[in-house]
Amino acid sequence: MTGTIDRCQTFLSRPWIARLLVIGVVLLAWEIAARWFVDPMFLSPPSRVVVSLDEVFRTPGVPAALWVTFLELGAAFVLSVTIGLVVGFAIGLQPFARRSFTPIILLLYGLPQITILPLFILYFGIGPASKIAFGVSHGVFPIVMTIIAGVQNIKPIFLVSARSMGADRWQILRWVIFPHMIPSFFAGMRLGMTGVLLGVLLAELYVSTAGIGYFTTLFTQNLDPTKLLGLVGLLATMAIILNEIVRRAEVKFGEWRIE
Amino acid sequence: MGHEAKREGSTIGSRAVQLTFLLALLALWYLSTTRWGVSPLLLPHPANVYVNFVDILRSGEFINDLRVTLTELAVALALSTTSGVMLGYLVSRSRYLIDVFEPLFAGSYSIPMILFLPLYVLFFGLGPSSKIALGATISFFPIVLCSMAGFGHVEQSYVLVARSMGATNYQLFRHVLLPAARPLIFTGVRMGFTVALLSIIGGETIASLAGLGRRIVQLAEGMEMARMFAYIVLVVIIVAVLNFVVSVIEARGNRF
Repeated sequence: MTGTIDRCQTFLSRPWIARLLVIGVVLLAWEIAARWFVDPMFLSPPSRVVVSLDEVFRTPGVPAALWVTFLELGAAFVLSVTIGLVVGFAIGLQPFARRSFTPIILLLYGLPQITILPLFILYFGIGPASKIAFGVSHGVFPIVMTIIAGVQNIKPIFLVSARSMGADRWQILRWVIFPHMIPSFFAGMRLGMTGVLLGVLLAELYVSTAGIGYFTTLFTQNLDPTKLLGLVGLLATMAIILNEIVRRAEVKFGEWRIE
Repeated sequence: MGHEAKREGSTIGSRAVQLTFLLALLALWYLSTTRWGVSPLLLPHPANVYVNFVDILRSGEFINDLRVTLTELAVALALSTTSGVMLGYLVSRSRYLIDVFEPLFAGSYSIPMILFLPLYVLFFGLGPSSKIALGATISFFPIVLCSMAGFGHVEQSYVLVARSMGATNYQLFRHVLLPAARPLIFTGVRMGFTVALLSIIGGETIASLAGLGRRIVQLAEGMEMARMFAYIVLVVIIVAVLNFVVSVIEARGNRF
């Protein structure tokens, strides 16, 4: 008897098993609440949501909408990284430019961009362009800031010693600055991805003709919680996977140290 | 000395660049509306925006929307702070519970919480409740994570001393744990405040009946561009002032 209890305790002492149990309990509570206590017009149990995922996919337009949203995220991310790198290096490499423009970038970064979302729709239309633009406006500033901070953190002694050994500008960039920038680059990518996800999804939910926002509105208005939960779950999964990819990359390459 | 002077000079130089940059932006705005014929439906005349801004302030018509937004924010923060600090305290009572829950809360961070908005609109309707729920959900996570860190890393000797002097559980909480965890809790609440404010304005922009975000959308739909720009400026100022006040309170709270 004590043996069983002991085994039970060692089993539970692994945190990840307890973690799964917590998730299981939450799902169970949700299932019970949705089945017996809450109006099915507003909430449906997780089992039914999972079963009807197939139905969500077969709703005309949903796979295309998911694809459109994915492409918007991809385009916004690539643009943010490109612009962020160019602007970040342009400002960061020159001490004078860094001192002058860092406060301006910080000011822009601190603005509540959500207030100008209607302007983005007005300027870029209700199609994917406005979502991409809004995603870039959220993703680009954290990347610029981390790149500037990364350049700033390079120890001047490396630059001086490289120069004194006769390295030219290009060689310094290639062999000193670039390797030192790898950790900040990946940190910036992760922050940028968070921003891009927020920006694109905000714009999608605000107004959308072909993307995912159209269907969330549709399912909400039809009082169809099963499909809405399924769709939101799919989007959350997409976001988690994208975040996880850049986070893994950051952990893998962020460890770079001078040997 | 010469070095100092040089530094001083370059600070003035960079201030000049910043000022020139902002003035150039204003000039660009002015020229594009007056000379280059950009439609006032896309970009209103700056003077027009200013007139509208003064009018909004004088008539006080923004007060009602501001009240809606701030009420939502206050209720959302009250909910998330109470639940976050309480849960953070309970979890931090054992190393094991921290190991179990911390990755769960931290992992939930990677979901863009704005995705909950359609669900909340379905549950709670277009009124303030859905925005309150969104703001509370978003601000809960930084608050609970910071509270856990705060309560979890109290110097053990303090706890031992208090215990050996016969402190009860409540006394321990009130006089040792809470003061020790307070700086981190303040930080968590400040972070929660920032994200809650933005998400509530975002929620109002996307689906609501009243509030500052809603007002901007209404003006955009009515193509009243000058007034909309004036409102954007107003909201930016309000958000900046609120954030400033909260970080001052945080700094005050941490000085104890």
